[in-house]
Amino acid sequence: MSVRRLAAEQPDDFVFTPENLEWAQATVQKYPEGRQASAVIPLLWRAQVQNGGWVSEPALRYVAEMLGMAYIRVYEIVTFYTMFNLQPVGRYYVQVCGTTPCMLNGSEDLKEACRKHIGPKDTVSDDGKFSWTEVECLGACVNAPMVQINKYYYEDLTEESLGKIIERLRKGESVPPGPQDGRQGCAPKSGPNTLIDSSIYGADKSGPEPGYAGTSDSKAKMPGPY
Amino acid sequence: MLQDQDRIFKNLYGLHGWQLPAARARGAWDGTKDIIARGHDAIIEEVKASGLRGRGGAGFPTGLKWSFMPKDDPRPSYLAVNADESEPGTCKDREIMRHDPHLLIEGAMLAAFAMRAHVAYIYIRGEFIAEREILEAAVAEAYEARLVGKNNLNGWDFDVYVHHGAGAYICGEETAMLESLEGKKGQPRLKPPFPANCGLYGAPTTVNNVETIASVPDIMRRGASWFAGLGKPNNTGTKLYCISGHVNEPCTVEEEMGIPLRELLEKYAGGVRGGWDNLLSVIPGGSSVPCLTAQECDDVTMDFDALKALGSGLGTAGIIVMDKSTDIIRAISRISYFYKHESCGQCTPCREGTGWMWRVLERMADGNAQRHEIDMLFEVTKQVEGHTICALGDAAAWPIQGLIKNFRHIIEERIDARATEPLSPSVPEAAE
Repeated sequence: MSVRRLAAEQPDDFVFTPENLEWAQATVQKYPEGRQASAVIPLLWRAQVQNGGWVSEPALRYVAEMLGMAYIRVYEIVTFYTMFNLQPVGRYYVQVCGTTPCMLNGSEDLKEACRKHIGPKDTVSDDGKFSWTEVECLGACVNAPMVQINKYYYEDLTEESLGKIIERLRKGESVPPGPQDGRQGCAPKSGPNTLIDSSIYGADKSGPEPGYAGTSDSKAKMPGPY
Repeated sequence: MLQDQDRIFKNLYGLHGWQLPAARARGAWDGTKDIIARGHDAIIEEVKASGLRGRGGAGFPTGLKWSFMPKDDPRPSYLAVNADESEPGTCKDREIMRHDPHLLIEGAMLAAFAMRAHVAYIYIRGEFIAEREILEAAVAEAYEARLVGKNNLNGWDFDVYVHHGAGAYICGEETAMLESLEGKKGQPRLKPPFPANCGLYGAPTTVNNVETIASVPDIMRRGASWFAGLGKPNNTGTKLYCISGHVNEPCTVEEEMGIPLRELLEKYAGGVRGGWDNLLSVIPGGSSVPCLTAQECDDVTMDFDALKALGSGLGTAGIIVMDKSTDIIRAISRISYFYKHESCGQCTPCREGTGWMWRVLERMADGNAQRHEIDMLFEVTKQVEGHTICALGDAAAWPIQGLIKNFRHIIEERIDARATEPLSPSVPEAAE
C-alpha cells in the first residue's frame, strides 16, 4: 500500500472540455443501466490527462456528480490506484520501472540519469518540463530497463540514452518510443529466430507498422498529452 | 522444436500489420461463423479435449471453467478478459494486444458464445496506453466489418468493450478485477460465491487471460487433437515464454509446453550471460514463484507439473534469469517491495506482513541481521501464506521461501561477514 494525499493547493474549478464531455457520455454507455460507476476510472483518467497530468479535488467532485457517486467513493479510487497523480507533474512525466527484471538490467542507472538530467525524485524541474518517479513493473520485462514517458514506453535504455532522450524532449524534439537499441519489439536483438518461415503469412503482405508498434495515431507528437 | 506453422501468434514481433485485412490474411476471423454454428457445448468440449490450461498463472483447465457457467439463468452472463498483465517478468499479453488484437477479439467472441454471454469486457492495465488505443481501434474495425455487434455476420449478438485500470497489480486477481470493473477499489472478494455464480454486477462471469482467449480460435480451426499433440500430457499446446534478465538476448518466444528450460534459454535467448556455468538462479514463472537453483535448471522442463514438482511453478512463464553477479538477496527484496507496494490492504497478514518481510530482507541484504532471524522470516512467510483472501499473500511469501530454501548459505555468509567486520576507525573502541 502507499500513502497518498491530495495536493495542498487546488484550483477552483474543473469541467470537461466539450470533446471530453461527449467522450465521457459515450463511455458511460458501455456499461449496463444503473452501473455508470463502472466508468469512474476511465473518466478520472481523462480528467487527469486534460488537467496536465494530475487529478485535482474539483475534478473528483465533478466526476462524482457526473456518475452519481458519493464523493468518498471517488476519493477512494484516486488514492487506491497509483496512476492517478494527486500532485502536479512535469510536462514530461518519466516513470522509471524499478522492479526486479529491470533492476537486474540497470534501472539504477536510469534513476541516476533522471537525477542528473531532471533533479530529485517526485519534484518538478525548474522549467516545469520534467518530473520523474519510480514505479512498479510496467510489463515490458524483455525490453528492460525501460521507462514510460507520458503515453509511451522507451525500452532497452542505458543511462546515456535516457539522458539523451530527456535532453531532446527538453529542446522540444519528438523522440520515437519503443526499443532504443534498434531491435524489433520483443524479438532478440540480433533478429527473430522464430517466425521466419514466410509461407505462414499467406496473403499477408503488410510490413511492420511505421512508428511505434503501429501506434494508432502515427502523427501524434511524441510522447503524447501532458 | 516447434515449427513456425504451428505457432499461434504469427505476428508476435510486429513484423506485420495489426489491422483487420492483415490479420485476416494470417487466418483470423476465418470460418468464425461455422465454428459458432457448431453450438455452445461443442466449443466447450473441443476446448476441454485440447487440454488448454489457463495461461494467467494458475493453470486451471479452460474448458472446465467455461462449463461452470449456468445454462439457463435469467441474469445476463459476462466474459471478462484479464489483460491486466502486471506480474513482474511477464510481457506476453502486451504483444498480443498490440500486434495481434484480432485473435483476442475473435477468441473473446467464441468464448462468450460458448458460455452464452453477449457481452465481454477486456480489462487492460492502465499503463498500456498505446496498446489500449490499438486494441480499441481493432475493436472498432471489427464492429465496422460487422464481425461483432448486434446482428453481426457471425450469428451471435456480441458486444465487446475495452475497459482500463489505473495501476493496481491486484486487479489481475479475478475478483479484484470485477470490483474494479464495477468502479470500486480493487480489493478481492471472498470466494465462494465464485464468479461463475455471482461475478460482474452479481451475474455469472468467467474471467480468462488474454493468451488463453487468443489461443481459442486456432484450437477451434485446427482441432483439439492438433493442440493436444503439442507439449506433454496434461500440459498441452504452445506457450509464450518471456525471457528477461541476464541472458544475452532477452526476448519473448512461443514454444511448446514442456520444453527444457536450458534449451529455451540457449536456443532463443542467446544463452546465459557468461555461459551456462555462470547461472545463479532462475525465477521460472513470474515474480510470484520460488526461484530455482542452477542445478535444478539443468534439466527442468517448462510445464505446470514439472515445475510444481520442484516446489516452484510455471505461473505466467515470465522467466527471470540471474547470473552469478546478482545480489540475490537484493533481487528478492525488490520483489518483496513490489508486493508491499501492491498489497490492497484488506487482509492484515498481507498488509502488515509484506512490509515487515521487505524490511527484514533489506537488512539481510546489508548483512545487518542475525542468523536466527532467517528462521523467523521463514516462519512469518508461513503465517502470511494461505491466511489471506486472495493469493497475493502467497505470492509475497513464495519468493522469500525459495530464497531461504535455496540460498540460505548466501544470507548466512553475508550476516557473518558483517558480524566479523573490523569496526570503523571513527568508532571509538573505549572511552579515552
